[in-house]
Amino acid sequence: MSTTLIIGIDGSKAGERALAHGKRLSRLIGDCTLLLVYVIEWSPYKFQSAEENAMRHKRREEEIEIAKMRVIEPLLSALKSEGLDADCRVRHGDAAEILNAVALEHRAEQIVVARGSESGFASRVFGTVAIKLVSSASVPVTVVS
Amino acid sequence: MKRLSLLGLWALVSLAGTTAFALAQEAEPAPSGIDAVVNNIFGLSTGWFVSLIFAPIPGTSFPWIVLWLVAGATIFTIYFGFIQFRGFKHAIELVKGDYSDPNDAGEVSHFQALATALSGTVGLGNIAGVAVAIGIGGPGATFWMILAGLMGMASKFTECTLGVKYRNEYPDGSVSGGPMYYLTKGFEVRGKKGGQFLAVLFAIFCILGSLGGGNMFQANQAHAQLANIFGDFPGWITGVIFAGIVFAVIVGGIKSIARVTEKVVPFMGVLYVGAALIILIANYDMIGWAFGQIFAGAFTGLGVAGGFVGALIQGFKRAAFSNEAGVGSAAIAHSAVRTKEPVTEGFVSLLEPFIDTVVICTMTALVIIITGVLQVDPETGLYLVEGGAIVTEGGASGVELTSLAFGQSISWFPYVLALAVILFAFSTMLSWSYYGLKAWTFLVGEGKNKEITYKVIFCLFVIVGAAASLGPVIDFSDAAIFAMAVVNIAGLYVLMPIVKAELNSYWSRLKSGEIKKYKAAGSGTPAAAE
Repeated sequence: MSTTLIIGIDGSKAGERALAHGKRLSRLIGDCTLLLVYVIEWSPYKFQSAEENAMRHKRREEEIEIAKMRVIEPLLSALKSEGLDADCRVRHGDAAEILNAVALEHRAEQIVVARGSESGFASRVFGTVAIKLVSSASVPVTVVS
Repeated sequence: MKRLSLLGLWALVSLAGTTAFALAQEAEPAPSGIDAVVNNIFGLSTGWFVSLIFAPIPGTSFPWIVLWLVAGATIFTIYFGFIQFRGFKHAIELVKGDYSDPNDAGEVSHFQALATALSGTVGLGNIAGVAVAIGIGGPGATFWMILAGLMGMASKFTECTLGVKYRNEYPDGSVSGGPMYYLTKGFEVRGKKGGQFLAVLFAIFCILGSLGGGNMFQANQAHAQLANIFGDFPGWITGVIFAGIVFAVIVGGIKSIARVTEKVVPFMGVLYVGAALIILIANYDMIGWAFGQIFAGAFTGLGVAGGFVGALIQGFKRAAFSNEAGVGSAAIAHSAVRTKEPVTEGFVSLLEPFIDTVVICTMTALVIIITGVLQVDPETGLYLVEGGAIVTEGGASGVELTSLAFGQSISWFPYVLALAVILFAFSTMLSWSYYGLKAWTFLVGEGKNKEITYKVIFCLFVIVGAAASLGPVIDFSDAAIFAMAVVNIAGLYVLMPIVKAELNSYWSRLKSGEIKKYKAAGSGTPAAAE
């Protein structure tokens, strides 16, 4: 049975580092699928204006399209050309929760993320995606520096 | 249809003409002051409309519009088998996201639709409106207000279910919904005539409502607050500043202002409820007595002018103005939610009158009653009445009375309240500018220039509202909002079997377990590249 690794990507350098580590693991494992997960941060409890609500469906489609076009597709084609098995998911929600949910859904062996993509006051107070994952994930987590 | 549109446009143009005239006066100072001129012209041009809406039932002093609202809410309550009580728990589960399909993550959630609709309703109605109701109708008005809130939940349920069911979805993915759409499409489905006529009439009244209660009343009370803090100054100055900010947001698209408002308004709402709770907890021994006053006043009037009928009229009027149940505005706000079951949004929306009226308005009322700002005759123990209203400290009414009541316990709170009133007024204006715009584009068609025309008219009315005195503004605001309810409730009677069919189908599937809770609510699912 093929091994699945979840790679958290967000279009940043940190995401690339996580993917680089994932590629190394994939080659070591052999029969392995890299499942790239791109999470668009979103909360069902965020306040929005009536106008934003009316346009929300359209915006969501656009956000997904942009993620696919700018981040996912180039990475997938690069991985395929390197002979690696890869797939992807784009979802809205809380990054740590989604990465864990996708890992459970696909019975993944582990989640690979990189730290350093978040900075500033908010990440100090509320913690980063990596910290949240390490403390709450149901599968092993590798945090790449 | 065309003739009706013209009729509506005429009404608007005549009102806008008033504004233009008033503005022209600014160039040459009138001896009586700009505010007085605006006030006079405004009162004269809207008086007939106000008299029509508030005409008493022949042989009584009871306005027919109040009976219309009460009858509507009662009929929906009975027709849907007290849905506001049996569906309350399910409504909360829906808002929590227990039944939200993870595939829809990123779409408008039930919580967001409710919060957006609440930001349009929670505001001055809860602060100023309650004070007006109690000032005129006595504490007993609170009882009728709570009752109207509870029954209004069924009206809201009906209109919001239809709002989602018959919304328009455009090829670009945006949505437009509300009574204009369900009256047109729903009547067609039921094979009834007159849907288009009612839709056009509703749209006209909705535009008037957006300029009245959704705009002028807000600007007026915001100015009253500023005048309280900085001393008396001409209303048109506040009007011009407010109009400038509203213009920057709705025409200029300055999203940062709207974003700040979105963040601050819920915070202010929590702060207001928190302060009311602190006062109530500190005076917990008086809560029982206050409820006693509310119940006694509801049926006897406690010697207040108009007796229990006066209390009832005030209670129902202010509740409808505050929670907008049956008015149809909420159906516009709720229609953006993404759901496969329109009735779920009906359930969620019934929480709106509950939060707005049953919880927040009752808190304001209790604070006003408990803090003793209403003056009592020491000999008879009854409230002192003068000129048809209860005598208050310093003759305060409206926002000032609420401010005075909060200030009795928390001395600095009137400053916070002033800020809250201004922010609530602003957020309500933004919400109503959207409702009015949707009604406007329904009448005249979509298009950038058409939209800007409405938005400019909207901004001009901010100035009129701030400059006119409370009397004519509150009369026109009430009349315009209630006119919407006349058309909307008439249409809901025809369309309620459709809602009943939706409800029965959904409820049986929910009870049989066919509709299940999602375990991991909030987690997203495949959206792309699968």
